[in-house]
Amino acid sequence: MRVMVNKMQTKELKIEFHTVKAGFVSLVPISLFVLVFGAAFGLAASQEGLNQTSAVLMSTIVFAGAAQFGVLELWGTQVPVVPLVLTVFAINARHLLIGATLYPYIQHLKPASRYGVMLVASDANWAISMRAFTLNNSSKGVGLLLGGGIALWLFWVIGTWIGFYFGHTINNPSVYGVDMVMACFLLTMVLQGERENKTYLIWLGAAVSSILAYLYLPENTHIMVGALTGGVIGVLLGDKK
Amino acid sequence: MTIDTAGFGTLYIILIMAVVTLFTRWGGIFLMSYIPINSRVQQFITAMSGSVLIAIIVPMFIRGDMGAKVALLVTLAGTLIIKKPLVAIAAGIFMAALIRNIQ
Repeated sequence: MRVMVNKMQTKELKIEFHTVKAGFVSLVPISLFVLVFGAAFGLAASQEGLNQTSAVLMSTIVFAGAAQFGVLELWGTQVPVVPLVLTVFAINARHLLIGATLYPYIQHLKPASRYGVMLVASDANWAISMRAFTLNNSSKGVGLLLGGGIALWLFWVIGTWIGFYFGHTINNPSVYGVDMVMACFLLTMVLQGERENKTYLIWLGAAVSSILAYLYLPENTHIMVGALTGGVIGVLLGDKK
Repeated sequence: MTIDTAGFGTLYIILIMAVVTLFTRWGGIFLMSYIPINSRVQQFITAMSGSVLIAIIVPMFIRGDMGAKVALLVTLAGTLIIKKPLVAIAAGIFMAALIRNIQ
């Protein structure tokens, strides 16, 4: 018993260079599409009157595509502070949930590492790392989260910078279906996860509530509503298979 | 209250965005460090992680044009039937591009 307790306490998770590198490489393909979106953001930002330094700085330290596009909608000679904060918070609130779902798997990282890897947490690297974590491959999961996050971040920043030069050539990326890459990727992630009968009920609850929130609640609340509804249904169904 | 986008205003706006975003990235793991992870919490988290993705994708499907809808349906069918996710995504994107160029 004592041996087991000691084992538990020494079970520390570390960031390993080779898994981070592997994670980086794994996310390069999807990052190429992020590059295109970064360029679309750069172009849109330039059209709103932002200069290149500001746009690249924003992509570098904010690193949240949907929220950055959302803020451009508010852009003018003046930007109202309360709508600014609410827009960014509402669109990025899903990061709170992402962090909560990651916590059980990264709690054994040192606090500085734990908060460090969260700096680059976003939809794609979170979804792919959760697959590794749920298969009990923690080291690979941390590598995908951090390495993959660095890849996404780097290509997002470079894309933003490129957008000021070549943005007009990809004025409308949706003609090539590029806008659907992230959604299709996330769809394959959810489909490849473990499924039990109750999973379908959870998904149904999340789908219906997110649609209702999308139609009837304030903008940008649908992800939180759907995710929390799914979570509650999961608890209510308990250990039923 | 508003911020002028001239001069340093843009910098302040970017800093506000960065702080709010950082709050969301750190808030989840910060709160969880005070919550004991029992089986109910684990059930909630497991159910929520799939639900986040569903709640991102389904409204996109609803509001999307025909190209978006077909891209997601082809990806769905491809992943479930041929079990090759990358092929499924490529086929989905190709169909979206095709439909949008025909229309």
